[in-house]
Parts: sequence; structure tokens; C-alpha cells
Amino acid sequence: MLLSLKIPPVSNNGPSNLKTIIRPPKKWAPLNLQELWEYRELLFSFIMRDVKIRYKQTGLGFLWAIIQPLLIMLIFTVFFGKLAKMPSDGIPYPLFSFAALIPWTLFAESLTRSTTSMVNNANIMTKVYFPRLIMPISGVLSPIVDFFISFCILIIMMVLYGFVPTITIILLPFFILFALITSLSVGLWLSALNVKYRDFQYIIPFLIQIWLFSSPIAYSSSLLPEQYRFLYGLNPMAGVIEGFRWVLLGTNPPEIMILISFGVVILLLIGGLFYFKRMEQFFADVV
Amino acid sequence: MSGNVAIRVKELGKKYHIGGTKEKYYSLRDTVANAIKSPINRVINTHIDQPSTDFWALKNISFEVQKGDVIGIIGRNGAGKSTLLKVLSRITTPTEGEVELYGRVGSLLEVGTGFHPELTGRENIFLSGSIIGMKKREINYKFDEIVKFSEIEKFIDTPVKRYSSGMYVRLAFAVAAHLDPEILIIDEVLAVGDVAFQKKCLGKMGDVAQEGRTVLFVSHNLTAVKQLCNRGLLLKDGEIVIDGSSDNAIKHYLYKDNSISSKIQFPRKPEKLAQFLSTCVCDIDNNPSSEYTCDDSIVITAEFELRHEMRDVYFGATIQTPDGIRVLYSDIRDEGINPKKIVNLGINRISFVIPPRLLGPGNYFLKIDAAIPQQGILDSTEFICNFNIKDFTTIRGDNRVGFFSTILPWNVEYLHSYDNSRSNI
Repeated sequence: MLLSLKIPPVSNNGPSNLKTIIRPPKKWAPLNLQELWEYRELLFSFIMRDVKIRYKQTGLGFLWAIIQPLLIMLIFTVFFGKLAKMPSDGIPYPLFSFAALIPWTLFAESLTRSTTSMVNNANIMTKVYFPRLIMPISGVLSPIVDFFISFCILIIMMVLYGFVPTITIILLPFFILFALITSLSVGLWLSALNVKYRDFQYIIPFLIQIWLFSSPIAYSSSLLPEQYRFLYGLNPMAGVIEGFRWVLLGTNPPEIMILISFGVVILLLIGGLFYFKRMEQFFADVV
Repeated sequence: MSGNVAIRVKELGKKYHIGGTKEKYYSLRDTVANAIKSPINRVINTHIDQPSTDFWALKNISFEVQKGDVIGIIGRNGAGKSTLLKVLSRITTPTEGEVELYGRVGSLLEVGTGFHPELTGRENIFLSGSIIGMKKREINYKFDEIVKFSEIEKFIDTPVKRYSSGMYVRLAFAVAAHLDPEILIIDEVLAVGDVAFQKKCLGKMGDVAQEGRTVLFVSHNLTAVKQLCNRGLLLKDGEIVIDGSSDNAIKHYLYKDNSISSKIQFPRKPEKLAQFLSTCVCDIDNNPSSEYTCDDSIVITAEFELRHEMRDVYFGATIQTPDGIRVLYSDIRDEGINPKKIVNLGINRISFVIPPRLLGPGNYFLKIDAAIPQQGILDSTEFICNFNIKDFTTIRGDNRVGFFSTILPWNVEYLHSYDNSRSNI
């Protein structure tokens, strides 16, 4: 334990026996997750800040959280559902696409915010110390309020279409968490890279667009030949989205696909954590 | 056990790559290009035409701080003060050496770290407080005190973007002043706010020192260093020159540091858009000198190079005492904007004259800034020129107190003779 912040509320508190050692950077820095846990209040403060300022001075406020996925749903329904007559696993197309757009929007927003989090908060990072991991993590978690707002719309739509979720709905938190961890695992790499190479700010919108069309949002993964479908799991969002449809709408479960997605995300996450920790030591000099 | 040591710094060094890590943005293209070039370079071994661009911002720094010490760190711009604080507050990593800190560390390198303009005063107290290292519980407990200290009770639920700059700074400082660590690292935080508020802050910092907390304090405000610190570190070119009492460090900084003189040449920095090349304190015949009498005219000149077409460049000069009290500020636009006083592309010489019998006897430091309205300072000479004034002609001479030696026309008027009858009334 390097630096604890267990400060009692009264000022003249007794001396603590903390010892902090500062040394030159190492190639492999320890993750120090305990320190991260001690800073959880700060993480919460950053998330609250981002939630509060998101819709400040907008006329529609939190409506923006639902306008975006609703409009995309509308366009997908008209073009892919009605005109192209895409198969939607027997689910009404609007519901089919909206159930996918909700985790997708969460993922895309989380990824964008965590990627830019370090550069956007550079002025804070060059003035005060805290575990830098807080930055991408808060970027990933702050869109969760938007997610729950649009999730309410999904519930309303399900009621309107007469869908009753089965017991599998208890698995929903797992898929939400999985979407968040996916964006964190990618966001760790991109936020660290973005500090050094601002190019990634421009890559992000492009990357998200490509990722959108390679994920089963407008279409179903059942379009793919069965024997290769598991490979689709290499795109972790495919597992997440099919998982959402499975637990909410009762489509086929994404069995093997989700396992492969899981493996991919764990590898990306561990690699991302160590890469981030290593780069972290130079952030203040480079940003 | 550490005994009474709060901070132990051992052979600390920090290296920057000039034109590399510190100043330039990386782009992928460069990296890709370098990746292709470097094996080729290695093969033909063309290391010779690449001059060493390493710059040691800190070199071989070793010192120990006892618990309860209040240390002032002084030195010119670029001496390494800020880098030292950044390493100690763990914002950046050292290149070599080691630091041990015993106790909770809090650093205030800026007033209002993390303030967000869209949030209200109340929200910002909690946000900024937790960023600088306070727990929510602790902020709750100190909330009323913070609001009272900041004197903005009425506006606590107004977004801070609607605050005046004074209110903003007061609130920001109020939050910072309530940070309560065992080791406090402060950088120039006092250079803000109006005078009354500064005094209040100095008082608050004095409290901090009396509570037995260890404080590291970087400042150009030598008065503050003198008042608050029991120890001083003088840095020069990244190395410790003096580690002793704060008085000793200040004296050394002001009088013995040989870079202070009446004529200064600045190294050319072509990457700057505009730059002072030299500045000089001269007598009326343009001979550089640092000794004057109150009856001399003192001519201040500076050469300034403008490397980029810019409009409305203006100059301001500040004269201050060794204690950091600003005695005089003069602006080139004081007499109105004059087309003859416009700065052109290339090298310009600017000058002004301090008339006889204006400044009182004493030691003065001079700074000239070049700036653009609304955009801020282009370049500054910093307080590097120094001169002495003595008063030989008046009876009081050098014992005169105050900032001015102006001879005021006194008058005695005879009204009427001593009248016995008046005293009886």
C-alpha cells in the first residue's frame, strides 16, 4: 500500500505511518488495485461531474439520451426492416434493433469517453496525483445513466409489443457489465495511446462506425453460416448484443460466441491494464 | 522507523528530451517514419549529426526535511522548482534517484484544480475537494467553514462560470486551504486574489505551519517565504545552491546570484514568436550601471525581437523591492496609443526613463513584459535586472523610509504673532 487517504473528518488527526516511495519508472509497473479502491470516492466524483455537465444548457436535457438510439432505430426499421426485409429472428424489427442499439450506444459512448478522458483531463492530471486508471474507468461508467434512461424506453416498447421477459433476464446485469468491460479493455489501450498520439481522437469515430456495422445490430448473427458463427465472438460486442436479445427477447443464446468474446476481452483487458500502467508513468510529461 | 524525517530525497534527477517529450506532440506518422529510419541510421551510424537534446531539469538533488519544517524553494524561472514539486507530488516520475515521503501528502500546484465552470459553487467544492485528496465525509464536515472562508455564501448555488474572477479564486482557495495532509506541497498559490484575501491566505498558511505540518512552498513572493519558512532551498539550473535558513537563501538569491546585474542578454530561442534579447539599466549616457543616486535619471532599455506579424503588442514594466512589494508599474500605453510606439517585425529597442527623485533609496528589481491585449504575455524578462539607489543630497539620506524620494514643496506661512489673550479663552 502506497498512499492511503483514510482521513478522519477532524483536522488535528494523529500521525499516520504511511510511507510513499518515488522511484524512476519501471518497465512493468504493479497494477496496485488496492490503491484504486481507496480512491473510489474520487472515481464517483468524476462520474457525477460527467453526468451533471452532460446536458447542461441543453433544451432537451436527458431526452438526448433516448433521441439518438430512437432515431437510429427508426432509420434501421425503415431501411433494413421494411425495405430490405432483413430477417429478425421472429422479433418485430423495431424491438429487435432497439434491444441491440441500447448496449451498443452504451459501448460506443463509453469507449469514446474513456479514450478522450486522459487528454480532456490533462489540466487536472498535470496538477495532482491520483491513480490515472480512474480517468478511463470514469469515462466508461459515466454513460450508464443514459443507458438506464433508454432502457426504460425499451421496457415500454416491450410492453407495447406484448413481450414478457423470461427468467433469463436475471443474466442482464452480466451482459451490461460485459459491455462496460469490453469498452474499458479497448479504452485503456486507446486512452494511453491518445496521450502520446492524438491521431486516436480521429480514429475513434471511424472505428466506432466500422464496429457498428460489424456487430449484429441491424441484422442477426443467425445470418452467418452456423459452423463459423462462433468466430463472430471475436467481436466481443456480437456476444453482448446477442446476449441482450437472448435474455430480453428470448432469441437463441450466444453460447460459444460469448465464451470466445469473453476470452478476447480478458486478454485485451489484462494487456490494456499493463500497457496503461506502463505509459502512466510518462503521461504528465507527454500530455 | 523514520524518526522525525518527513521527506528524504536522494540523488534525484529528472531528464527531459528537448524538442521531444516535453514540447512536441507525437504523431503516428513520426513514429512510423522513425521506426523505418532508425535501423537505417544505426547501420550507417549517423549519430554525429544528432546533437544531444537531453536537458536535466533536476540534477543530483539530495535533502531531508524534518517533520514540522516549512521549506521555501526559491530560484529563477527554469531553475527546476516546479519540476521538483511535480516529482514530489508524484505527477511525474524522476529519471534517477529516490524519494521517501512519510505521511499523507497533499499537493496544491494550482488554485481550483478540477473546477468545472458549469457546476455550482457547492458542487465544485465537493469535486475539487475530492480531486485534491479530501474524503467526502471530510468535505461535508468542513463545508460551512469553506463557504465562510470564501465569502461567497450568497452565490454558493450559482454556476461558477457566472462568478467574477475574484469570487472564483476565493472559492478555489477556500477549498485548497482546507486540505489537511501531513505533508503539504504548494506552488505559487498565493499569487492570486486581492490583497485582503492574500493576507487572509497567508494567515491560513501560517496556521498550517504552526500545526506542526511539513510544508514545501515554492514562491516568487520572497516576503511570504521569509514570513512562513524556517528553511530555504535555493535552486539554480536544477541543482541546490543553498540549503539553509530562509533568510540566507533569500539573501543569496538576491545578492550573490551573479546572473543578476544591470545588463542581461537572453539566449535566443527561435521557437518563440517574440522574445526579449536583452535588457539594461543604464545611466543617462547609456552606460550600464547598477548604482544610482536619487538625483539620477535611470534609463531602462530592452531589445525585443518580433518574429511573427502581431498587432497591438505592448509593454509593461514592473519595479519591485527585494521583499516582493511592487512599487511601480508603467505601461507603454499610459500616454495613449501612439503610432510611433508600434512594434515592427524584427528587432526593436524600447526604452523609458525613471525620472530623478522618484524612487526612494533602496534596492530594486525590474521586469518588463511584452503582451497582447486579451491574449496575455508573449515574453517576460522576469525580475532579473537589479539596481541600487542611494540618497546623498537630502539630510535624511538613506534613512528615508517609504518608496519615494520625491521632494515635496513644503511651506510655512506666518499667520500672526503669539497672542497672550487667546490662551485665556
